[in-house]
Amino acid sequence: MSDYALEMRRIEKSFAVPVLKGVDFAVKKGEVHALVGGNGAGKSTLMKIMTGVYSKDAGEIFIDGKTAVINNIHDANRYGIAMIFQELSLIQTMTVAENIFLGDEVTKNGVRDTAYMNRRSKEVLSSLGINVEPNTIVGTLSVGMSQMVEIAKAIAKEAKILVLDEPTASLSDSETEHLFRLIAELKSKGVSMIYISHRMNEILKVADSITILRDGLIAHTDQIENMDLNSIIMHMLKNKEGKKFDWVERDYDEQAPDLLTVEHLKVNDSIADISFSLKPGEILGFAGLMGSGRTEILETLFGRRRMLDGVVKLSGKKISLNNTKDAINAGFALIPEDRRKQGLVLIHTVKENAILPRVTRLCRKKLFVDEKQANEMVENNVKELNIITDNIHKRINLLSGGNQQKVVLAKWLNMKPEIIMLDEPTAGVDIGAKAEIIDLIRKLANEKKGVLFVSSELTELMAVCDRIIVLYDGRITGSLSRRELKAEEELQHAIQQKC
Amino acid sequence: MRSSKSVKKNIQWDKYMVYLIFISVFIVFAIVLGDKGFLNKNNIINILRQTAMISIMAVAGTFVMAAGQIDLTVGAIAAMTAMFVSLILQSTNSIILAILVGIGFGCIVGFFNGVLVTKFGLPAFLATMGMMQIVRGSAMWITDTSAVPIRNETFCKVFGIGNVAGVPVLILWTAFFYIAGIIVFNKTPFGRHTLATGGNETAAQYSGVNTTKIKTAVFMMSGVFAAFAGILYAGRLQAGRYSYGEGDEMSVIAAVVLGGTSMAGGTGSVIGALFGSVLMGMINNALILANLSSAQQTIVKGIIIVLAVAMSNIVQKKNKR
Repeated sequence: MSDYALEMRRIEKSFAVPVLKGVDFAVKKGEVHALVGGNGAGKSTLMKIMTGVYSKDAGEIFIDGKTAVINNIHDANRYGIAMIFQELSLIQTMTVAENIFLGDEVTKNGVRDTAYMNRRSKEVLSSLGINVEPNTIVGTLSVGMSQMVEIAKAIAKEAKILVLDEPTASLSDSETEHLFRLIAELKSKGVSMIYISHRMNEILKVADSITILRDGLIAHTDQIENMDLNSIIMHMLKNKEGKKFDWVERDYDEQAPDLLTVEHLKVNDSIADISFSLKPGEILGFAGLMGSGRTEILETLFGRRRMLDGVVKLSGKKISLNNTKDAINAGFALIPEDRRKQGLVLIHTVKENAILPRVTRLCRKKLFVDEKQANEMVENNVKELNIITDNIHKRINLLSGGNQQKVVLAKWLNMKPEIIMLDEPTAGVDIGAKAEIIDLIRKLANEKKGVLFVSSELTELMAVCDRIIVLYDGRITGSLSRRELKAEEELQHAIQQKC
Repeated sequence: MRSSKSVKKNIQWDKYMVYLIFISVFIVFAIVLGDKGFLNKNNIINILRQTAMISIMAVAGTFVMAAGQIDLTVGAIAAMTAMFVSLILQSTNSIILAILVGIGFGCIVGFFNGVLVTKFGLPAFLATMGMMQIVRGSAMWITDTSAVPIRNETFCKVFGIGNVAGVPVLILWTAFFYIAGIIVFNKTPFGRHTLATGGNETAAQYSGVNTTKIKTAVFMMSGVFAAFAGILYAGRLQAGRYSYGEGDEMSVIAAVVLGGTSMAGGTGSVIGALFGSVLMGMINNALILANLSSAQQTIVKGIIIVLAVAMSNIVQKKNKR
């Protein structure tokens, strides 16, 4: 018998460009193995190969020392590999027990043996110290509890290797503690866990060993006791290659009156007391871990969420932001986080998407949409933003991610906004389009617009922002001037700190 | 440079499917039933006249379904409106009052549908199914199921049996509503907002579209169009009867879907709905001419609808590659 529950050797994978360049990754039995790396380092690709979502180009996988062939998710499940998704995959309307036995229902005389399934679920749950009745409807549970049920479901199916992807991102402190106790319990039962997270403090607390990926290669792998926050960050960033987005030193009038002033903004109980100001021509970044409240702040300013408390002033004048229309009329634009769900109507054309917010203002005699003007406007967008499409009447889901994102940008630039808020605008966008988007942000700032920029890619924040606000669990924990910021390490440090 | 192949790929066959089916069905009937008077001018006019109410309701139905909703109240609204109109004409003989009350009634029911869906979060199917029964029941109750004759000749001429320059008024009304519907659907911001709401409600909201308003508006529009169909029923049959428009909600849905509007919302064609509606009327007519029993007619109608919708769906799926 091998010491390793899982071994991956010399794994390679390319999507047009190589993403994994020969990765060795091994997890011992009953250990918690942290997997870290910046965005695009290859973590999720590696996990998707392991769980059968992608097929590898080269390399070998061993489970319990024996060669394993994993072509799809069912194969992975057969080998005892289970992924606990960020977006939980339980069926909300069914009970805990029904979810645990979904697809493996036990029957007696042809009908479901509910009593047995409830009993068995209870056994699994209590053996893991999860205090929930099997006949509870999942939809009524908290996020933390649902996640634990999902883990119990995997264990009931005799999973030996669990992949936890940012499991604490939407958990409260006490739920996180509870999850850590569960992880310890699983460990004592000999279950191996791969723990993916950007939260280094948690990793240092919960993991036994760590593997750091960088640019599709293993940067470092070690026992956790030999590591600390500094060394992890160092390995994540050292000699990072790929296209660097260099900071272009730029000027804006720092003495000018505020374009936007936000005072003590409260979004909900966990995101509160957010105060900051934005000058015309300034690019203000928001850095923080998943769940730190970055998106929620932008959405509140855009009228998508109710503001519980606080004051928002535009050029010194107090404004109310009750709905999106108010925000748009006040001159806000939001490039939302989820392009496909929030940004675009995928079954419509480039043109229809690009004119949507403006369509009421594109009218002749205040009644009919001026198609000629609309076409000209969108043709112009296509030219200026270099959107690659056969014509403006092409369905948007046929465009590449980068070009789709440019249409989202075009749609808001057509509104001539004063304040442009961008939430992860380069996610899922190819490198060329990324550079174009970054240039565009700079250009907008140079035109005296105010820019609020949220990104998980610290390199990007470092490249464009004049100032970066650091958030942790819904509170502002720092404000860094780009000039004083020397290296990405500093910023990485800042977002890990509670205060 | 685009090759002719990619141009071909860009043609959305599902959009034109209804016309293809329409033409093929027409040709088949013309050949098979030509000697039984199918191609007769009067017969053709008859088909258009008989389908006028469904056609008109299908205009608003296209908006409703393009917004991702469904409205089952239309038949019941038509019946109740016919009752109101005939009762008011009986007691006051005022056409204007009758029309105002009828249209107002449709508008109010549509508004309730909208509120149930947007404020109370009911699925449109259930909300409008309940409202359908409330309205239909009221139509039965108001005169205890007896019919109310209309003796106002002007009303009957304008809204039912008259002709203008040899063209039946029902066809003129149909044309009027289609022209208005096509313009509103294709040319106004409201049409765009409707499509965006059905195509991706979240994205529409993030773009500043008040989707609550849009959904309420399409239900109100549907109510108004159904009320007008009820007025036409009353005019054509010169009476109000609670049973008018029974099953029309299904015919409207079929017409709209045949016309190339997706039940999931986000796409739609008003003129397609006209072809869908007339196609069904044509099939009806042909089956009668072919001397089929009413049982056989019903079966054949069902088969044709299933085939037609399946055909456009298959083409649609192929388009999605």
